[in-house]
Amino acid sequence: MTVTLRYFAWLRERVGRSEEVLDVPRGVTTVADLIGWLQTRGPEYASAFERAEVIRAAIDHAHVRQEAPIAGAREIGFFPPVTGG
Amino acid sequence: MSVSVQAEDFDITREVAALTSGRTDIGAIVTFTGTVRGKNEGAELSSMTLEHYPGMTEAELARVEAEAHARWPLQGTRIVHRIGTLAPGENIVLVVTASAHRHAAFEAAAYLMDYLKSRAPFWKKETDASGAGRWVDARESDDAALERWKAR
Repeated sequence: MTVTLRYFAWLRERVGRSEEVLDVPRGVTTVADLIGWLQTRGPEYASAFERAEVIRAAIDHAHVRQEAPIAGAREIGFFPPVTGG
Repeated sequence: MSVSVQAEDFDITREVAALTSGRTDIGAIVTFTGTVRGKNEGAELSSMTLEHYPGMTEAELARVEAEAHARWPLQGTRIVHRIGTLAPGENIVLVVTASAHRHAAFEAAAYLMDYLKSRAPFWKKETDASGAGRWVDARESDDAALERWKAR
């Protein structure tokens, strides 16, 4: 499955890019699986996704929990807890 | 209902006028303005930079706004949130609510700010006098603020 990933704030800084299109392997079915897979992609990902429990995600511009399935997603965003306002 | 995410400053008078122009069914207007504090946890800031998630930000603010309209009898609402680099004292966010009566306007403004702070995808990075940057941590008190709306 091909999906666009977008990274924000310190996640973006640690990964070293703001977005990329990746081919996600079969077996990666939830946001949590995707975080686990990304952690293995290199030191920059390991650093960015080190504390998986603090990372928030959105599928196609809507907040989701990490147990959410990613099937059919066009864009998945990863970011720290929001601090606007 | 309308939402803007913009680098430019906003003009409260103009925003209120746009919401109320030609209407006589509004009896109460509440505005909330958030501004950049020059000090955070004792440290002096030289600037604050706001990053956001284009596309999702607008969608999330519109969802929060629609929820407020479902909850209170509102004649109009307006949300403006700035992005980019801002100096201490500058405006960050504007929320305007208009209703026939003050309670709905006050409560809806507080609700919009509480939900905006916990859900709208913005991130603040502070820069101090030495030029060092630091991402602002989310506050648990902001999540706690939501509980009062769930209880009713």
